[in-house]
Amino acid sequence: MVDTQTRSAATIVIEPSRGLADFNLKEIWDYRDLMFFLAWRDINIRYKQTILGAAWAVVQPVMTMILFTIFFGRMAGVPSEGVPYPLFAFAALLPWQYFATTLGNAANSLVNNSNLLSKVYFPRLLIPLTSLFPPAVDFMIAFVVLIGLMFYYRQAPSVQVIWLPAFLILAMVTTLGAGLWFAAMNVKYRDVRHIVTVLVQFGMFVSPVAYPSRIVPMPWLNLYALNPMVGVIEGFRWALLGTGAAPLRLIAISSGAAVALFISGFYYFRYTEKTFADVI
Amino acid sequence: MGNLAISVRDLGKQYRIGGRQERHETFMAALTAAMSSPLRRLRRMGQPVPEEQIFWALRNISFELDRGEVLGIIGRNGAGKSTMLKLLSRITEPTEGRMEIHGRLGSLLEVGTGFHPELTGRENIFLNGTILGMKRREVSRKFDEIVEFSGIEQFLDTPVKRYSSGMYVRLAFAVAAHLEPEILVVDEVLAVGDLEFQKKCLGKMSEVAGEGRTILFVSHNMGAIKTLCSRAMLIHKGTAAASGPVEETVAAYLNLNSPIQEHGVISKDAHRIGTGDALLRRVELRDGHDQSTEQVMLGQRFKIAAMFEVQKPLEDAFIEIGISTLDGLRVATVQNIDEDRPGLNFKPGLNEVVVEIDATLLPREYVIDVIIGHLSGLIVDWVERTFQFTALNVAPGSPDHYRWGEVRGFVRPKSVWHGPNPGTLN
Repeated sequence: MVDTQTRSAATIVIEPSRGLADFNLKEIWDYRDLMFFLAWRDINIRYKQTILGAAWAVVQPVMTMILFTIFFGRMAGVPSEGVPYPLFAFAALLPWQYFATTLGNAANSLVNNSNLLSKVYFPRLLIPLTSLFPPAVDFMIAFVVLIGLMFYYRQAPSVQVIWLPAFLILAMVTTLGAGLWFAAMNVKYRDVRHIVTVLVQFGMFVSPVAYPSRIVPMPWLNLYALNPMVGVIEGFRWALLGTGAAPLRLIAISSGAAVALFISGFYYFRYTEKTFADVI
Repeated sequence: MGNLAISVRDLGKQYRIGGRQERHETFMAALTAAMSSPLRRLRRMGQPVPEEQIFWALRNISFELDRGEVLGIIGRNGAGKSTMLKLLSRITEPTEGRMEIHGRLGSLLEVGTGFHPELTGRENIFLNGTILGMKRREVSRKFDEIVEFSGIEQFLDTPVKRYSSGMYVRLAFAVAAHLEPEILVVDEVLAVGDLEFQKKCLGKMSEVAGEGRTILFVSHNMGAIKTLCSRAMLIHKGTAAASGPVEETVAAYLNLNSPIQEHGVISKDAHRIGTGDALLRRVELRDGHDQSTEQVMLGQRFKIAAMFEVQKPLEDAFIEIGISTLDGLRVATVQNIDEDRPGLNFKPGLNEVVVEIDATLLPREYVIDVIIGHLSGLIVDWVERTFQFTALNVAPGSPDHYRWGEVRGFVRPKSVWHGPNPGTLN
């Protein structure tokens, strides 16, 4: 009954690893079914036993958009690059919400699955990786709302919209990078979850969610763009709403920062993962 | 790779313990410490960890296992059995040594790992199956078989949080039983579930063993070890204390488990279970004249005296005295609360309790087990194999004797015989 391939292929040598163990991408692929069911479980649980179910995916960004429109758009008169302010804010809230939710989930993912970590083997990377997917469902639901808003404001997307998946990937790389750091740290230090909460609240104001990044003066703008979400959000706006010229410089800096965050997070995770089961 | 399934050489796993001041539970604490004393930390880096902070959970373990062999792993709690299974299952990494595993290895360290209470039985079968290492289509293929084995068809679409614990275990084990790795690592998972289901699981496991699968099996159930395993290994204090034929290894375990106490005095660091609010310190066997003895005469009453060192006042306590054979089979059990007698109250200090037993034990060696606990069920102190004594086949000064060389059974109840009287067949 056992596949002949696995029979012949499988000789595993286990030894104390020196430094970073060799990373085996194929192994992650071999465990794709597990990843599917873990993600499916989280999605399932999220909407079971709730009153509003999937409507929660809409309520939060819409409420935030309304508040922003009242306080920033109307009262403070924040510029919105020639686009109706609600649309301007919502296009940014979409990736931001995804980032905030996913990062929170990813940071707690290892701790929440500690029973799995201490009872079965699978590539540990699978757990934070899985956290990327359930909030993507929320994202897609909210995206439908965005399309509705664009219809309402008669804002047709331009050709640039083909770049949107690239910014989505950038958002995922950023989130996973930060998620790997915090997930691994959370195993050892349990106050990391509070740090994440504070960071996400703080981060909303150092990201161009409620305002355009244009209002940040020049010498500071480069520093500002080191926050990878700056590039993601400006990219989203540009791709969806066609706000001005492509913010190439911002996107370049942010992408660099995102890749650096991801690589460092990946190595930190790999470095600490062998002790997860002992520490958790 | 030939016929070898597993080869383990000089395996060791080390944990760091203690060093309280150096462990930071919170990130903030770690950060503050790093900031406030950077020099001290720098100096300490690269220095070896002090010896007393190192604990070897497992060391110098070497063995080889051929395909189709079933190895039983036995040992006390905390001896290192679970650590070994965790190393073999790749849950944690060894500190030294090398293991080679030829074939697909599945581990079963817990029943129902990853079961989610909100999900239905059907959903959990898929989730748990993939967690245990099956592919999705593998689970689909065996789905009906799993459901049938579990016997919970009608609750398949009920969330498992509404299951009774028995149903939960059945379902979980049904999934696990259908794993088809070439090497299976099983921890004490059979300790749960009702007796009938346990038998079914043992049956399934011997079936699996019969198919030529390699199994590593940890259990406290010596019966299961004896029936299932072809070899056994005894782990004691992190090393392999014995290894080889099952019978010999099990005997070594039983001897080690609670070395039979000399003269009935029980040291404070004997192997005990319980809160320790009262400690058994001495067990004495006495004859009908209250003389201390190590023998029981055939058909004569005897007394067992247990001395407890009570640390805190203890109310509503029960005491259980058990008589077992040397290989751990309980033959008789008496409790002070038998026949609805009330619990006992103890004051701090040394307290002796004596029970007089009117039973005839058939001639062989026996040991005494003692439990003191609270009527609520809380165990205060539980010591096994405290005192060894011999039941004799004669009773001096009495014509009573046991005539035969072979002893069948354990107890000779009082009996009254009638006849022979003339009889008919209808």
